[in-house]
Amino acid sequence: MTCMVVSQMSKTYHEIMNDKRRIMKESVGIDYEGYEFEGIGFDYEKMMSDQGYPISKIRDIQRKNMVGDTPLIELHNLTKYARKYAKKGYGARIFLKDEAANLSGSYKARRAALSVYKAKELGYKGVIAATSGNYGAAVAALAAKEGLKCIIVQETFDSNNVSQPEILEKARKCESYGAEVVQLSVGPELFYTFLKLLDETKYFNASLYSPYGVNGVETLGFEIAEEMMNKEGKYPEAVIVTNAGGGNLTGTARGLKRAGASKTRIIGCSVDLYGLHMASDKDFNRKSFTTGHTGFGIPFTTFPDRSDVPRSAARPLRYMDRYLTMNQGSVFFITETLALLEGMERGPAGNTSLAAAFALAKEMKEDEIIVVQETEYTGAGKHIQPQLSFAKKNGIELLFGNPLEEKPGTNIIFPENGSYIAYKEIDLGILRTSYMKHIDTGSLSEQDKEFLMQELGVDRKTLLEYI
Amino acid sequence: MLIDKGTFVRIRRTLLQPSERAENLPEDTKNVPLKMWVKGRLLEESELFDYAHIETVTGRKEYGRVKEVEPPYKHGFGDYVEEIMTIRQIVLNDMYGGESDE
Repeated sequence: MTCMVVSQMSKTYHEIMNDKRRIMKESVGIDYEGYEFEGIGFDYEKMMSDQGYPISKIRDIQRKNMVGDTPLIELHNLTKYARKYAKKGYGARIFLKDEAANLSGSYKARRAALSVYKAKELGYKGVIAATSGNYGAAVAALAAKEGLKCIIVQETFDSNNVSQPEILEKARKCESYGAEVVQLSVGPELFYTFLKLLDETKYFNASLYSPYGVNGVETLGFEIAEEMMNKEGKYPEAVIVTNAGGGNLTGTARGLKRAGASKTRIIGCSVDLYGLHMASDKDFNRKSFTTGHTGFGIPFTTFPDRSDVPRSAARPLRYMDRYLTMNQGSVFFITETLALLEGMERGPAGNTSLAAAFALAKEMKEDEIIVVQETEYTGAGKHIQPQLSFAKKNGIELLFGNPLEEKPGTNIIFPENGSYIAYKEIDLGILRTSYMKHIDTGSLSEQDKEFLMQELGVDRKTLLEYI
Repeated sequence: MLIDKGTFVRIRRTLLQPSERAENLPEDTKNVPLKMWVKGRLLEESELFDYAHIETVTGRKEYGRVKEVEPPYKHGFGDYVEEIMTIRQIVLNDMYGGESDE
């Protein structure tokens, strides 16, 4: 009996994977081929403007759904703390955009609001998203509000049926909004199940990488620029964004630019999980962060079209001025600090960029402003205590010392004191080189070169060095 | 244990055997099957651990081995973690350590 079921399944596996293009096209409502150039490139801006909305319209959709207009707060105590380690005249003011205030508890609601709106507009009966994170909860909540059905596909368990507490909490939250949650064991074949469900249900693919999925974040950058100008009479010197799939960074940067904050530096930041393999069954529960980490951040930055749509709208290398990593211990430390000094209990993963801002503030002048552009809700499972308790059970050693010496999967090193909080910098040149490995540089046309200059965020002279 | 039709359960099914898994996987993942878990209402009477059909909350039909009856949420805030107390002590000491109690 089992054998028969399995052989049927495997046949379906190849059928489904071979039928990928059709299923994707039917489930996103975009003819991607219409934007392709001859050669390697495509018309990114045309895709974004055709498929996206103006800021006023996005705001309208989001406001109707209790999304956006979140508080932008100055963290006086955290700034004071960071200044203890800065030389005289240094220690930038740290501001935080409290995105946990969005419906469903994270900035992902901005993206879900647009995706679900589009699904409804195009007449789909339901939406599907592949995510173990906050996006699932956001899509589920917004679908509930629009009266659409919702299925969330999660990578949940290792081969011993053990799951990260954080992922179990996300499943619970999705179910609380009436969504169906399909949970899988570790492996990239999740994509096959996802396609199969799209094909079976004919629901909308609420991809994080569609133009809508990125367009929805633009209000976040726009609000930061607008509110800063109103309050402080200037745009912030830097905005720091936790980076995974690249949509958060891309959307925020585009929104800032739309508002006129073209000089604000865009800094990406991920939790350092070097050495852990993202498709490894054994490594799955040896990490303490399920998103916002280098395991997504690096591959999606260097090859954005690896996503679940033919052309990703999330293209972080176009917008990034710097890319930093923080160790797990520092992010947990700053999460606890935020609760202790500011009275804000927020989920650990969303505090990745806050930890980096603490380190960066020391290098910036005291009249400069750095904005941390998100927080996320916290609760059972997704909280410093269950996550550290889980790490210990999985044999991870908890230590105090120099966080830069942390070995992901072996230990978590908390800073011995605030002075030890430091980032590592990823050389954008290395990321650009890595991006170029996916490109056949043998016969590049002029149009190809123009495209690559935009993709890498470089001028012609620099591009030629990469070619 | 016979479970009534209509009971809310969780099922599990193997989607791909190790030999059928994608290429380029790390060995540890390649050596184990890909499994799926879904919740829904039983469409027929079933014994625990038998194969049965369910209907999910979106109205889809699924099939698999019944693993849990009325599946609970078991995640919480975890065990006491001494290191968190140490972090608090460090932060408060860094901020207010040098100042006298007033």
